[in-house]
Amino acid sequence: MESLTLSDVEQKYYSELFLFCDVDNTKKVASNGKVLDLFRAAQLSNEVVHQITELCGATRLGHFGRSQFYIALKLIALAQSGLPLRVESLNNVRDLPLPRFVMGKNEQEMRHAVMFADTENQGPYLPRPPGRVQAKKVSAHEMIQPCVPTVDPQPDTTSPVVSPHQSPPTSPHAWRKHKRQASGGNVDRQPSVPGVVWPPFREAQPGPVTGDGLWSAHSPPPVQESWVSFTDTPPSCTLPMHPPSAQLQQENSNGGLLLLTQPESTTVRTVPSSMTTNEIQRQTSGYDDPWKITDEQRQYYINQFKTIQADLTGFIPGSAAKEFFTKSKLPILELSHIWELSDFDKDGALTLDEFCAAFHLVVARKNGYDLPEKLPESLMPKLIDLDDSAGVPEPDPEVGFSASPVEVTPNKSPSMPSLNQNWPELNQSNEQWETFSERSSSSQTLTQFDSNIAPADPDTAIVHPVPIRMTPSKIHMQEMELKRTGSDHTHPTSPLMAKPPELSEETKLAAAIKFPGTTVGDGYSSSDSFTSDQEPISSAVNRQRSHSGTSPEGLKVVAPPPPPPRIITSHSRSSSLDMNRNFAAVPAGPQQPGVVAFPPAVPPRPLPTQTSVPHGHRSVEGDGLPSHPSTSPQQMPEQPNFADFSQFQVFAVDQPADDGEKPSDSGQAERSAETTGTMRTAKNEVQAEERNANSVNSAKVSTPLAPPPKPVRRRLKSEDELRPDVEDLPQKSTVIATVLATQPSIPRSIGKDKKAIQASIRRNKETNTVLARLNSELQQQLKDLLEERISLEVQLEQLRPFSHL
Amino acid sequence: MAVCIAVIAKENYPLYIRSVPTQGELKFHYTVHTSLDVVEEKISGVGKALADQRELYLGLLYPTEDYKVYGYVTNSKVKFVIVVDSSNTSLRDNEIRSMFRKLHNSFTDVMCNPFYNPGDPIQSKAFDSIVSTMMVQAF
Repeated sequence: MESLTLSDVEQKYYSELFLFCDVDNTKKVASNGKVLDLFRAAQLSNEVVHQITELCGATRLGHFGRSQFYIALKLIALAQSGLPLRVESLNNVRDLPLPRFVMGKNEQEMRHAVMFADTENQGPYLPRPPGRVQAKKVSAHEMIQPCVPTVDPQPDTTSPVVSPHQSPPTSPHAWRKHKRQASGGNVDRQPSVPGVVWPPFREAQPGPVTGDGLWSAHSPPPVQESWVSFTDTPPSCTLPMHPPSAQLQQENSNGGLLLLTQPESTTVRTVPSSMTTNEIQRQTSGYDDPWKITDEQRQYYINQFKTIQADLTGFIPGSAAKEFFTKSKLPILELSHIWELSDFDKDGALTLDEFCAAFHLVVARKNGYDLPEKLPESLMPKLIDLDDSAGVPEPDPEVGFSASPVEVTPNKSPSMPSLNQNWPELNQSNEQWETFSERSSSSQTLTQFDSNIAPADPDTAIVHPVPIRMTPSKIHMQEMELKRTGSDHTHPTSPLMAKPPELSEETKLAAAIKFPGTTVGDGYSSSDSFTSDQEPISSAVNRQRSHSGTSPEGLKVVAPPPPPPRIITSHSRSSSLDMNRNFAAVPAGPQQPGVVAFPPAVPPRPLPTQTSVPHGHRSVEGDGLPSHPSTSPQQMPEQPNFADFSQFQVFAVDQPADDGEKPSDSGQAERSAETTGTMRTAKNEVQAEERNANSVNSAKVSTPLAPPPKPVRRRLKSEDELRPDVEDLPQKSTVIATVLATQPSIPRSIGKDKKAIQASIRRNKETNTVLARLNSELQQQLKDLLEERISLEVQLEQLRPFSHL
Repeated sequence: MAVCIAVIAKENYPLYIRSVPTQGELKFHYTVHTSLDVVEEKISGVGKALADQRELYLGLLYPTEDYKVYGYVTNSKVKFVIVVDSSNTSLRDNEIRSMFRKLHNSFTDVMCNPFYNPGDPIQSKAFDSIVSTMMVQAF
């Protein structure tokens, strides 16, 4: 026939109708039966229908091709608007309203969206399915005719014809486009029209939607799609847009029907339908989230949930859910994907929230929405308690469902992911904290403690407790005292000792040492009888700590409380001495050039630590500073207190914890020497160690951080390079020795006031901090140097063969 | 980073196999197939008494000049095979283990899906994404 020009709206509408009629899915020919039904539904007399058929050429062809169909539709529209049927008028008539069809009761879900593309088009709109909204209405006309019976329960689920349309309600998209108008309007406009039922128009893609087709046995859902496109009409449509939710809800009801495929579905449907209208009124128009579940929908879902699992706080096992969702006739692959998305906690069962999310996704999919890759936030189960399994639903869904759960969910969901993500971090950090505190509290623990703490950033505010040896060997005490200039560690040994794990001589400084242990100290205090003693000390320590930054020694150590001294349970003073000796011996032997006996050698902390009583610090497993036979044994044990190093004792840095007491400034150089010594010792021969130890002992002075690393660096060179260093060492050690010598022995004056103790504590803390840092730096250097050494050796090896030739 | 990851069912047919496409997938399929022999050998060699203690991670199954093949078996005799490029020396054993662990976890998730029938090819997107993270990024 003549070429037919159709407006876009009409085009879409017609194609949808065509698809609807295309029972055989040929996409080319509309079955006669359906077409005729359709035409009859247009409420035109048979005569007219006949006429139309003839005009469009179907009679000629014997079937309705697409073009014939379109022409016929147009003619119907003409007829409906009362215009004479003329072929010519097909193209002439402008603003022809769309043909209107009244369908008999169909499956309830027929909804229809009446939409008009042209605003001015007041044309007839398809009657709305009960309660289904969607009518996108042209703004000017409220024509939506909501059809009928919103509450019209369409009991005959079996109604033949247009079942497919029942498919899920228009996609939210459509709704979104059309701001819903006052819902009230919508309701009002719903004249009861008998039996409407056109599938709702969906905004969805105009193309046929495959997904939805599953619902009905009949014509393909795509029709809906096309209908939807209809709805693309200008947003000005005043149709009370049914909020997507409403649509979905209708869908749900549809879904319910389909899913349940039981008579009861009707009831279900009715429920939602009835709610729909209300919903329409209630729904906010501003809602853009297509995945949001409206109250009705949620209610519907909950009802469905109840049918499977009466307890709303319980789970639906996977098998039951599988059966349920299989009824929706979505492909298994998609259902599988939906399951993956919605089973938030991956437990193989669905909680109420998960179920709602899954259902919602099914509905959306049936409507043609593509499944998201990730669960949308609004569908994420509300985690009331992060610890609980995901989506513990409120026990009482019915009640405050409206809005609150939905809103809550979105609120939570956005935060949820972040919460979820933060959780592990929090946990980690918690753990760190925990471990930290554990460390602090477990003063008795263990050498390992030292090693753990070694890397700890001394700058952190978290101070791991300075373990105070509660059972300080008297020897230790004595040593400390000897070394000590005067900090009053009078009793230090006891309480102080108790604390720091490092048996370090630091105990002498005890009080001072334990700074970090302040809190920790308390913890320690509990460890032994010294509790009472410790407390004051710890408080003193605290005070010390606060002053640490201003230590008179001029320790440039950063104020942060030094990590609590490590407890070297295994090394009592005496034992540390032994260890020192042992280690000293060991390195002497193996002297593996690049090999740093880590455990043994703790690079002696720079003097500063020594001065400030780092004794307490880093526990000494190290007492490593062992090999320092020359230095006074007392001094040696102290050094290990620097803990970190003690591990690597070889350096035998007897951190002169004791010395730390004294504000020996001379120590700087020595300190550096010590540290270097410590570093070196690892690599160097024993002597160096010894010297270092000595130096360290003497050092105790403010720690010149800079110097220590330098020499250390030098030390960390290859063996060859070390040699010269070694030479330096002796020099340094001598210097250190002198310094040490100069340092007054630690006054045993118990009478020393707390001030001294505090001062020493402070110093020690600073020293400790510095040493800790130094330690880590040195270790790093050491590693680097080791690598260098290895590479050099490799090169050497490569070169050697040639030389041998 | 693996160049090929495969999941083999108990009956030794592949449930999932994916490889970096640049190098001819057939070669990888063949490699995986041959590696099954090695897997069988390893798991049967342990003996019944030790069946319980058999470790899931099988380690390097066999190296070729171009790549290395690692294996992992679950208690239900589902095998995971990872093929990595030999030139990728930075991959340590621990990393391979962690890759297998991740694979196993996401495989478990797939299994938990009631819509998945054991024995079906794995079509889960979540599983795909996990595998993608472990594969060499195809250029």
